[in-house]
Amino acid sequence: MSTPVVQSFRYIGKKRRTKEDPRFVTGHGRFVADIALPGMKHLALVTSPHAAARIRAIRTGHALALAGVHYVLTGAELCAATEPLLIGVDAPKVLRYPLAHEVVRYSGEWVAAVVADSRALAEDATEKIEVDYEPTEYVLDPEKAIEPGATLVHPLHGSNVLYRRKFVWGPVEEDFARAEHRLAFRVRWGRSATVPIETFGVAAQWDPGRQLLDVWASIQMPKYPDQTARALRLPGNAVRVHFDVDVGGSFGVKRGIKHTVLVGYLAKKLGMPVRLIEDRLENMRGGDMHGPDRIFDMQAAFDSDGTIRSLKIRALDDVGAYAGRSPLQLGKPVGAIIGPYQIHSVEYEPISVLTNKTAQEAVRGFGQSPTNYALESAIDHVAYHLGMDRIALRKKNFIRKDQFPYLIPSGTTYDSGDYHTVLDKALAAADYPALVAARDAARKAGRLAGIGIASCLEPSGANSSFEPLFNPKNDTTTWMDSCLVRVDLSGSITGVMNTSSAGQGHETLVATVLGEVLERDPDTIRVVHADSLTALPSNSPVGSRMAIMLGGAAAGAAQKIKAALLAIAAHNLKAELSGLVYRDGGVHLRGDPKRSLSWAQLVEIAQRKFHLLPPGLEPGLQAKFVWEVPTGGGLPTADGRIQMYPCFSFEAHVVLVEIDPATGQAKLLRYVCGHDCGVMISPDIVHGMTYGGIAHGIGAALYEKFAYSDNGQLESQSFMDYLIPSALEVPEIAIVDHCTPSPLTTFGQKGSGEAGYLGAPAAIAGAINDALAPLGASIAELPMTPLAIWTRIDAARAGLKRSTP
Amino acid sequence: MSEKLYPVSIEVNGERHEAQVTARLTLVDFLRDMLRLTGTHAGCEHGICGACSVLLDGEPVRSCLMYAVQTDGRSLTTIEGLAQPDGTPGALQDAFCETHATQCGYCTPGMIIAAHALLETNPAPGEQEIREAIGGNLCRCTGYQQIVDAIKLAAAKRAGSSM
Repeated sequence: MSTPVVQSFRYIGKKRRTKEDPRFVTGHGRFVADIALPGMKHLALVTSPHAAARIRAIRTGHALALAGVHYVLTGAELCAATEPLLIGVDAPKVLRYPLAHEVVRYSGEWVAAVVADSRALAEDATEKIEVDYEPTEYVLDPEKAIEPGATLVHPLHGSNVLYRRKFVWGPVEEDFARAEHRLAFRVRWGRSATVPIETFGVAAQWDPGRQLLDVWASIQMPKYPDQTARALRLPGNAVRVHFDVDVGGSFGVKRGIKHTVLVGYLAKKLGMPVRLIEDRLENMRGGDMHGPDRIFDMQAAFDSDGTIRSLKIRALDDVGAYAGRSPLQLGKPVGAIIGPYQIHSVEYEPISVLTNKTAQEAVRGFGQSPTNYALESAIDHVAYHLGMDRIALRKKNFIRKDQFPYLIPSGTTYDSGDYHTVLDKALAAADYPALVAARDAARKAGRLAGIGIASCLEPSGANSSFEPLFNPKNDTTTWMDSCLVRVDLSGSITGVMNTSSAGQGHETLVATVLGEVLERDPDTIRVVHADSLTALPSNSPVGSRMAIMLGGAAAGAAQKIKAALLAIAAHNLKAELSGLVYRDGGVHLRGDPKRSLSWAQLVEIAQRKFHLLPPGLEPGLQAKFVWEVPTGGGLPTADGRIQMYPCFSFEAHVVLVEIDPATGQAKLLRYVCGHDCGVMISPDIVHGMTYGGIAHGIGAALYEKFAYSDNGQLESQSFMDYLIPSALEVPEIAIVDHCTPSPLTTFGQKGSGEAGYLGAPAAIAGAINDALAPLGASIAELPMTPLAIWTRIDAARAGLKRSTP
Repeated sequence: MSEKLYPVSIEVNGERHEAQVTARLTLVDFLRDMLRLTGTHAGCEHGICGACSVLLDGEPVRSCLMYAVQTDGRSLTTIEGLAQPDGTPGALQDAFCETHATQCGYCTPGMIIAAHALLETNPAPGEQEIREAIGGNLCRCTGYQQIVDAIKLAAAKRAGSSM
């Protein structure tokens, strides 16, 4: 299992160009804003200026009187004509529709939609719509929101708590009582998100003759076609989502179900194609794509030798005013709740809270990166408490490579790993002693410098085990993915995948895997995206799953093709299967290569010569494979133990920062990431996503925050306030690969779509706190903005001055 | 109420276009909606992200911050104009393919426009010069590393071919 098998591959793991890049570099991608349907109309939105208010009246006459304006839709009509959008937990009275009806619950919430000949005209018309609001009480602080008597965001729900449960896995109280030391602390993960450069967009067209709604969208969402049809009260086969739209980045957030229901409803009602492309303002405040916003109250129990016995984790998450799958982001971390460490027992209390803010949506890692930050903070706290080296403490508690498969207290079994080696490789690549010397030299010279270490897991191969865990009414246990492979009469191979892609290179993935199994050049293989009516069952590229699930499905389908070719050869060469050799797509007799059938001959028999086919073999040459998530299929135990994701990649970050004490600006001087995601199918793609994940992590750690004013106004609504790291903030990054194959997957691959992001914020936070430690200062909240850092420095120095006579 | 139209004559990728445009039509909308050159992307529409970058008389500009009427009589190059005549990637675009400098492809056109402008004025840029040149172009996928690699590769190939 642990023997690397990379050398035996022909295409997997090799430096190869991707299939997608040529269209993107020449400007020939096909994004949703590039879809121009004949007669298409455009939509713009009227949004609430209040955090909470009653809508007294909406006057649309002046808007409708403008030339080129076709319709103004309000919540009263839409809510009557559509079903509420689905919510991931059991909270049936927390209703959400695309437009507010009677009340608004956050500033930026959509109140009315205008359809006009152009986007500009639609925007003009929104300014002519008069809405009478009666402002009401609102609640912004999630801790106040759970207090008795708090203002309720959804009064019918009776509480602002969407989900709360205390899980106890193992003898937590006993372990705490027996431990030689205990400590408690609080850390806070700020409200940020992935904020792709392309906003969300959707275009829809109703065909009355076929009774069919065609949808083109910038989407990355499981069950999107089904949810769209359900909300629009249409049968599932009356909605056709075209998955061949290039998605301009998502990393989880492109879940525009409310946009789609709105646009789909209008397209059908008006009999006109309608398109909504969010502008950046709509995207930031009303796009419903804010990420986790969490307060972690952490307790650790440990011994003097550094053994960590137990953890208590309370995670309070502010999901904003509405919820889709966001509460479930507290559920996924259950599958890696002890990180890479041998921790005997855990108490975990997730609390999902409603406030009057923009709604939370899935963000890269689905809640794992905040949890990793809290776990790594705990490790650093324990090290500091004991005066122990942070690296030695991690190594002492790491699960050893001979302990896999390793069952953690919350019920998940980790597949494989070699955490000690990966961390050692990262430290060696960083030249850790030199890094320490550089930090210490900077400190001696009066500057602030620090080193951060983080060692984190990346759960991969997503299934949806958190659904039954967090919602007893939901017993979903499959989260399959599929691939269809066709070989045409010319012998060309086409792979059909069943979702859209948002830059993860799935066409390259499928072509590489098909080429590997069938021994055909991936450059000659075409990969297309089905639409939702021709697609096989699939669950979209979430949770670092596609290398495992789509890769596995493609391999399974290719193996069926190969088996068919071998059967045809055995029949025609009058040989036993065991006496045949498959090579480069042709088949020959073992020991007699001249008795052979070429790829072209075999394909021709399959496609045209029924009389030469073995009995029982279908004519034509195509195969489908539907794959269930390995280890998936189970329901939770009564105490909430469940196998979450199947495969666990690992990343070890080592970072050196220096802080400018005059400005609080942190500069990353050295960044090394040791990474083990098993067998890499396309190393360039894996490395690219890892670099990008680290850059995103730098943003979450240092810059990015959806900040709210005391009156509930979103203060970061543009890229001038919401700061995305540029090439000047992101340093050169060194990735050090290691390969511990997964025993659960076709080629030993694990997932890596969330790589880098799952450890970077923890590592950078550790480095900032190491830099501030000589001042006796620290920060326990992300993002650690220049102002936040400067404030701590200033306060520490003022304190030092006061205490010095 | 119909908006007043203004005649413009703009050269785009070597081809002259005569059009009637409203005063408030942005350059990015003109390129995308009127000329259907959809390689230029709108990302933030307030001049920060750089996805909409095009070359105006050889200089990179934000097409979301300009009006089409401002480019009357001038010459533009978009991402489509940097390809080979048959539509396959030009040299710089090919370097982006070689290092896998794109993921979702949305920021890519603006990034290549910025890189092209850099290499035109500085054929052998250092790492920091490259990072400064693309510092006004945001990418959410790549962490910039393979983009920097691509620009270095393109510079090296240019130097090699001119020897």
